[in-house]
Amino acid sequence: MLAYAIRRFGQSVFVLVLMSFLVFIGVYAIGNPIELLVNPQADEVERARAAAALGLDRPFLEQYWVFLKGAASGDLGRSFVYNEPALTLILDKLPATIELAFVAMVMAIGLGIPLGLVAGLKPDSFVGRAIMAGSILGFSLPTFWVGLVLIMVFSVQLGWLPSNGRGETMMVAGLPVSFLTADGLAHLAMPAVNLALFKLSLLIRLTRAGTREAVLQDYVKFARAKGLSQGRVIGVHVLKNILIPIVTVIGLELGSVIAFAIVTESIFAWPGSGKLLIDSINQLDRPVIVAYLLVIVTLFIVINFVVDVLYSLLDPRVRLGGAAASH
Amino acid sequence: MSGGPLLQVDGLRMHFFTKAGVVKAVDDVSFTVGRGEILGLVGESGSGKSMTGYSILGLIDPPGRIVEGRIVFDGTDLTRLDPAAWRSIRGNRIAMIFQDPMMTLNPVLRIDTQIVEAVQAHAGVSRESALARAREALVRVGIASPDERLHAYPHQFSGGMRQRVAIAIALVNGPDLIIADEPTTALDVTIQGQILFEMQKVCRESGTALLWITHDLSVIAGLADKVCVMYAGRFVESGPVADILDNPLHPYSRGLIDSVPARNERGRPLRQIPGMTPSLLSLGPGCPFRERCASATPRCAESPEVTEPSPGRRLRCFHPAR
Repeated sequence: MLAYAIRRFGQSVFVLVLMSFLVFIGVYAIGNPIELLVNPQADEVERARAAAALGLDRPFLEQYWVFLKGAASGDLGRSFVYNEPALTLILDKLPATIELAFVAMVMAIGLGIPLGLVAGLKPDSFVGRAIMAGSILGFSLPTFWVGLVLIMVFSVQLGWLPSNGRGETMMVAGLPVSFLTADGLAHLAMPAVNLALFKLSLLIRLTRAGTREAVLQDYVKFARAKGLSQGRVIGVHVLKNILIPIVTVIGLELGSVIAFAIVTESIFAWPGSGKLLIDSINQLDRPVIVAYLLVIVTLFIVINFVVDVLYSLLDPRVRLGGAAASH
Repeated sequence: MSGGPLLQVDGLRMHFFTKAGVVKAVDDVSFTVGRGEILGLVGESGSGKSMTGYSILGLIDPPGRIVEGRIVFDGTDLTRLDPAAWRSIRGNRIAMIFQDPMMTLNPVLRIDTQIVEAVQAHAGVSRESALARAREALVRVGIASPDERLHAYPHQFSGGMRQRVAIAIALVNGPDLIIADEPTTALDVTIQGQILFEMQKVCRESGTALLWITHDLSVIAGLADKVCVMYAGRFVESGPVADILDNPLHPYSRGLIDSVPARNERGRPLRQIPGMTPSLLSLGPGCPFRERCASATPRCAESPEVTEPSPGRRLRCFHPAR
């Protein structure tokens, strides 16, 4: 297990370095940030001074080398635009995004797995068909459109829910959170639903497919032949077997929902990191873009590690470290 | 306890109502199993023998449904019970073992969990005493170092060992009847023999009745007291095992017995039954075997009644072999 963790750590560092290099090339190719940062009326001398101050006058590889040296000591550079450490900027905004993502995922999991089980156990019933029809809607309606409709209905016409911002926050462990105050919850409701809808549909379909397959297995029939209650057969024998693909997808989706909640954050003016990323890309604020993506990649790596550990807990046949059990 | 047989299946019909039509998977099947008796239920794949077993346990799922007949177990007609009452009998007084031991144990649950839950589903006992019973059941089916084995997962067992665990689970609540659905078919021949011996021993010791479902007559020969032969969902003939094997009356039973390789006919090609089993969807009235039967006459287009050619034997045929 320890050797496995160390090997994973080594792979992760490699992925991070590779990723940062690719992003560096990408942003370098898009254009020169000096054009956007310096007043268009400025003369050549002033432009050169600004470029030198930001280190943009040096060759590409040297710029990257400077970044790498800084990164090794935990310094991901300063934002060209805000002149603040890029990491600080991101960590200021990230908690709001993580809160939104977690609430959305909890909604998707809490509804998606039970609904998927129902649809999988009674595929031909009215309820089962209704759930599947709903999930097709959730799948195919574009997120931005659903967001706008939610605002139209609940903010503009009914006036029940606020359409933008985080609302009143409470400090928990030094971080502001919205979900503990009534006002914060009201602000959280629509963006979270908006974000959850697609994941919910995905989990419904995944759970349903797994359930339909599992209920045909002999071990389910054997469990029933033992006289177990329906609840135990479904809740233990079926659920534990179908949980592996579900956990995988939940892990990946959690990462992507944190990384790319941009559309929802823009629509509901949620002060999260998605908005920061979009702004930074528009202004070619390379340190922020690189730092943001590094944070996100780290997040994915951590989530995937947790998912792998969960596998070994869920399925005794999976052993971490590649020492396969004999069959 | 009532004085009658332990299990009496009487005119059982179990049909699947599919979109393509009604599949008569079990169509008028009757037999009895006495206490401690071993009945072999014989037939080819698709003859409805497994479905008969599932019907007795109430494990038929829609679109399948028991449409007619009684399943009287120890004086109670199971078909009249509500699902909860039927569940309280399942795994408790009637247990079942399945064909493929690689598939019947849940791969992600430990053996102790799978046995203990079977105990606790029927008896309000603590986990400790349930574990003690689990351990005892494993010992009874010949599993060495049961304490270690209880903590293992199914993939750490061989096929034969898994089947022993499944049998232990079936035995753990001391059932009156075990329905065994070809439990040795998927095993090596040597393991097959061990399991057969073990099952027989355990059942004889505890007075547990067995309903042994199989297509393999050679298994039945050394194991069962009585045999009931099924074909295309219907009852064909039944009687004491020696009578049926030595002197089959129905042409189908005769065909089955002739297609078993026998030691004294070395070098001769095996006889086989011509044709194939009919589709249960399109099956009309009359004897379902008549298309493949050498003795068939136009009269076979009608359904023959069940007759009793000799005491203890029942037959459904117009032209019994002599």
